[in-house]
Amino acid sequence: MTTTGTEEPEPDRPNRANATASAVAEPADGPLSGGVKAPSRARIGWRTLRKDRYWLEPTLIVAGLSAWLLYGFVRVFMQDFYYVAEHHYLTPFYSPCTSTGCVEAAAHFGRFTPDHPLIPFAALSLPFLLLLRLTCYYYRKAYYRSFWMSPPACAVPDRHASYTGETRFPLILQNLHRYTFYIAVVIVLINTWDAILAFGGEDGFGVGLGNLVLLFNVVMLWLYTLSCHSCRHVFGGRLRHFSRHPVRYRWWTFVSKLNTRHMQYAWMSLGSLFLVDFYVMAVAAGWISDLRFF
Amino acid sequence: MTYDLNLRVWRGDASGGELTDYVVPVEEGEVVLDALHRLQATQTGDLAVRWNCKAGKCGSCSAEINGKPRLTCMTRLSIFEPGETVTVTPLRTFPVIRDLVTDVSYNYEKAKKVPTFSPEPRQADGTYRMQQEDVQRGQEFRKCIECFLCQSVCHVIRDHEENKEAFSGPRLFLRYAELQMHPLETNDHRDAAREESGVGMCNITKCCTEVCPEGIKITDNAIIPVKEHVVDRSYDPVVWLGRKIFRRSSDD
Ligand code: SF4
Ligand code: SF4
Ligand code: FES
Ligand code: FES
Repeated sequence: MTTTGTEEPEPDRPNRANATASAVAEPADGPLSGGVKAPSRARIGWRTLRKDRYWLEPTLIVAGLSAWLLYGFVRVFMQDFYYVAEHHYLTPFYSPCTSTGCVEAAAHFGRFTPDHPLIPFAALSLPFLLLLRLTCYYYRKAYYRSFWMSPPACAVPDRHASYTGETRFPLILQNLHRYTFYIAVVIVLINTWDAILAFGGEDGFGVGLGNLVLLFNVVMLWLYTLSCHSCRHVFGGRLRHFSRHPVRYRWWTFVSKLNTRHMQYAWMSLGSLFLVDFYVMAVAAGWISDLRFF
Repeated sequence: MTYDLNLRVWRGDASGGELTDYVVPVEEGEVVLDALHRLQATQTGDLAVRWNCKAGKCGSCSAEINGKPRLTCMTRLSIFEPGETVTVTPLRTFPVIRDLVTDVSYNYEKAKKVPTFSPEPRQADGTYRMQQEDVQRGQEFRKCIECFLCQSVCHVIRDHEENKEAFSGPRLFLRYAELQMHPLETNDHRDAAREESGVGMCNITKCCTEVCPEGIKITDNAIIPVKEHVVDRSYDPVVWLGRKIFRRSSDD
């Protein structure tokens, strides 16, 4: 029953006969406890009243990140099809190729890490790239919400019994994110160098579709890396007086502009890494041949 | 055009309450607060609802609409599907007083803990001088209307009552950020941000930014910078070493 119209007599609060008649039945949702069910708060049976598809975003993130990790895992331990000798295309998954198992032409920085099926050919860069993305402020948001469901979506309860955020081990280590950023800059420089070297194949200078894909990937990696929050802070964010450091202020302004799209760059660079690696694999394995422009 | 809105409102107080269905005639173009006012005027004279400006500027009318913290005066009825039931409850992070009114004093208690502004001395002519580029970062934070929607949505305290002791919340992080960035400020507030406001408990999941009616980029422009300042102060060995060797801070 619902109450309508102006003629209805005002229900008396103590017994609220009118309101009770139209009260909505509450779900049996466990005993009252913490969080939104803490004793002082409005007693509402539902833990969330959101009816929109708030679960969609975390689901897509879990699916997207898992698929990417699976692909990356398979490729890193494949230890094959990472270099197109004819056009000098090297996939970033194997750069810098430092394993003694690397093809010599692909090893731009020497071969000295052990060749073992469980050690990636790019053992010096991959762990740091993984750490970069694991401690990245955007990915933290993404996996805290989706994998850890803390919280799964806004105003949808985080059902963990206790919560200390990033104040304890191991999550306190997220504070070292800036170091992974410094290392990532070096690695992106190496990737850039690889992309430049790829313009000179076995027959000298040439441009193919692979070059464009490599270049696109490098641009995405730079956008992702430079839009980093720690980058924004060390370039100028930590200053109290921009006016005393005009150059750093300009850098900060530039990085701040990129920073607003950090999430987009995070996904676009994952996409471009997949694309370039898949392309190099397909050409190296002979599934397709590289489209040459000149 | 007038139509009937199915409105579901939480009625009750600290001792208990329930969601109650009403049908309220509303006009096209109205907001949720209009419907609540009409409900109060025509059917439930004792409905407790806080409001003031009806213009999204006073921050009084915060509530949760279909489960999301929002300003009732800035939520147009046209965003709902025709026939959809609109559910309004009080903020679910603070103690309820009655119906849609909650006790938000937690936020004022936390505000008392923010260190006071201690500017450098005035210049010889009795003025302060600041460059525009030095003050502009903090100006975004000044748009805050203290609606406490960000405080209410933040899972650190919403879902963990016990954290209220140690955690000040996103609205207050704006204050710490502004102090730390202020060109005239003479004190270092990084320890206060870490220890007293508990910024380390925030896991940057950005719900505060998502609900802020003023569109303040709370997480990107205040919380993450504060976290980075705290790293400078407490977790970065190189910055620490630099301070020892050069005897100056890297952030003047
Ligand atoms: S970003 Fe931090 S402060 Fe904002 S709602 Fe999330 S946990 Fe709370
Ligand atoms: S920061 Fe935004 S959401 Fe939080 S109190 Fe201020 S205006 Fe409201
Ligand atoms: S790389 Fe994402 S914040 Fe640094
Ligand atoms: S009534 Fe002032 S913000 Fe809604």
